[in-house]
Amino acid sequence: MAKRESSLGDKVAVDMTPMIDVVFQLMSFFMCSLKVVAPEGDFDIRMPLGVAAAAAPDDQQVPPVRVKLTAGPDGSLAGIAMNGTPVADFEELRKRIIGLVGADTGPNSLAERTEVELDCDYGLKYVNVVRAITSVSGKVQDGQIVELIKKIKFTPPKRG
Amino acid sequence: MARKQGGSPSSTDIDMTPMIDMTFQLITFFMFVMNFSEAEQDERIQLPLSQLAKPVEGAVEAPITLQLTNSGSVIYAGELVAVRDIGGYLEREKSVMLDAGREPSAATVIVRADGRAKAGEVQEIIRICQEKGFERFALRAQYDEG
Repeated sequence: MAKRESSLGDKVAVDMTPMIDVVFQLMSFFMCSLKVVAPEGDFDIRMPLGVAAAAAPDDQQVPPVRVKLTAGPDGSLAGIAMNGTPVADFEELRKRIIGLVGADTGPNSLAERTEVELDCDYGLKYVNVVRAITSVSGKVQDGQIVELIKKIKFTPPKRG
Repeated sequence: MARKQGGSPSSTDIDMTPMIDMTFQLITFFMFVMNFSEAEQDERIQLPLSQLAKPVEGAVEAPITLQLTNSGSVIYAGELVAVRDIGGYLEREKSVMLDAGREPSAATVIVRADGRAKAGEVQEIIRICQEKGFERFALRAQYDEG
């Protein structure tokens, strides 16, 4: 130490090696534990068994909107029908839902009381179900989500 | 090089400051992007995309995650199970909940189904859960930025 001080003047040389070792270890730990996760969200569905039949109809109740999704032989979407009338695509389905419930989306509004019943073919690919739920449950307007119908249920599955 | 060697014959001093600065910045970056969430995820599942699937804030109450693969089997707690066999596992979940003094209707069944799976199988899972008394479901989708 004395020899060093004499050669470097009044500068004190600190040994950086342990610090750099630790810093590199920390960095490799954080790098290895990094998990790239795509953001995910949920569609909440409340569907108790047998309550639909037991619930007493009241004047607040609105008849459910029946959305039928038909599958082609390979599981792709063959057709959409809303309350029995065919719909061209999911965009039109959304327009029809907006036409049905209107712009009223506040508490106890028509949109909140209306229920959608999804009737899907067994072999239909699930991605179409999510697209249908996306169409009926809301729309994106200027980066904001406008909620439409929140109550969604499924008809019982039928194998075939 | 020759001049440097002439200046300090025994050792070369490298300026470590920029390297340490950068390394600390990298550490800070990795520390911030690290997430400790215990969300059950599996790379075998390709979730369907949806613009409305905004990430949820806060934890789901009593979550039970069922992941449906493309081939029609369920991943439950890391194990591959056939759809018709999940009833037994759910029965166990139910008894654990009842032991803890909670009704199964308070639990949320998170369904992470592959976009290529059959809709009927998802409904089958929901029906089996309903029979065990679960009634809250969350269909998970990947957020599509547009």
